[in-house]
Amino acid sequence: MADATPGLRPRPVSPNIQLDGGIWRWHITMAASIFHRASGMALYLGALLAMAWALSLAAGPDAYGAFSELAGRLIGRIVLIGLTLAAFYHLSNGIRHLFWDAGYGFKPRTATNSAWLVILIAIVATAAFWAVILFTGAA
Amino acid sequence: MAVVRSPLGRARGMGSSKHGVGHFIAQRVTAIALVLLVLWALAAGISLAHGDYDSAVAWLHSPLNAGLACLLAFAAFWHMQLGMRTIIEDYFAKAGTKGALLVLNVFVGWLGGALTIICILKVALAATTGVNT
Repeated sequence: MADATPGLRPRPVSPNIQLDGGIWRWHITMAASIFHRASGMALYLGALLAMAWALSLAAGPDAYGAFSELAGRLIGRIVLIGLTLAAFYHLSNGIRHLFWDAGYGFKPRTATNSAWLVILIAIVATAAFWAVILFTGAA
Repeated sequence: MAVVRSPLGRARGMGSSKHGVGHFIAQRVTAIALVLLVLWALAAGISLAHGDYDSAVAWLHSPLNAGLACLLAFAAFWHMQLGMRTIIEDYFAKAGTKGALLVLNVFVGWLGGALTIICILKVALAATTGVNT
């Protein structure tokens, strides 16, 4: 059944394997759902980093200084900015989920718009948050 | 032992379906708590990022800050454990692997939450005299 006989219409295939010209396409609501799970997993690690911050604070000034120094480096900044983005995204999309749980926002158009809104909020809030940290008076 | 009962009959009777909702409710209640607590923590994080060790210790000496930080740790580690449980159940079909990861997830959740709260309390309850003001 591998090669199609010329003159015959191509056999119908499942939507998930229609590579082009099929009825399947990427939806922002799917991306929003995947991002929610991915950001949740990232925040799992973020919570463990928050635990490391608390451990360093309890251990004393030297340990806290080492943690702060690491957080201030480029790699630390990248991780923290990524976690902030994950936090704002998971937070706002979580509120979207709570609206769904209450029975609101299921119309396809509403769900699509709210998906874009949540992504926009996450990016803007993350940018604003780090603008405040990096460009306001450091003590 | 063999119990002759159809799947539907089991679901309508005394199946696990009566208990599964506990996970659902806990996930939502911790989510609502975390909306408020995470926004508070992010705001606090800005001033903590600008401060040093002494200012972080002084911040936790406020009972309000220490209390909210403990609640945040409790809700966050609970919520993330519930979420990760769903992910493990979705992606790992083999009973051994799934079981081991589920247990590990529970351990990480409780250990992380306990350590974080104990650290917060240790700093919050330490005598202020030793702290350079």
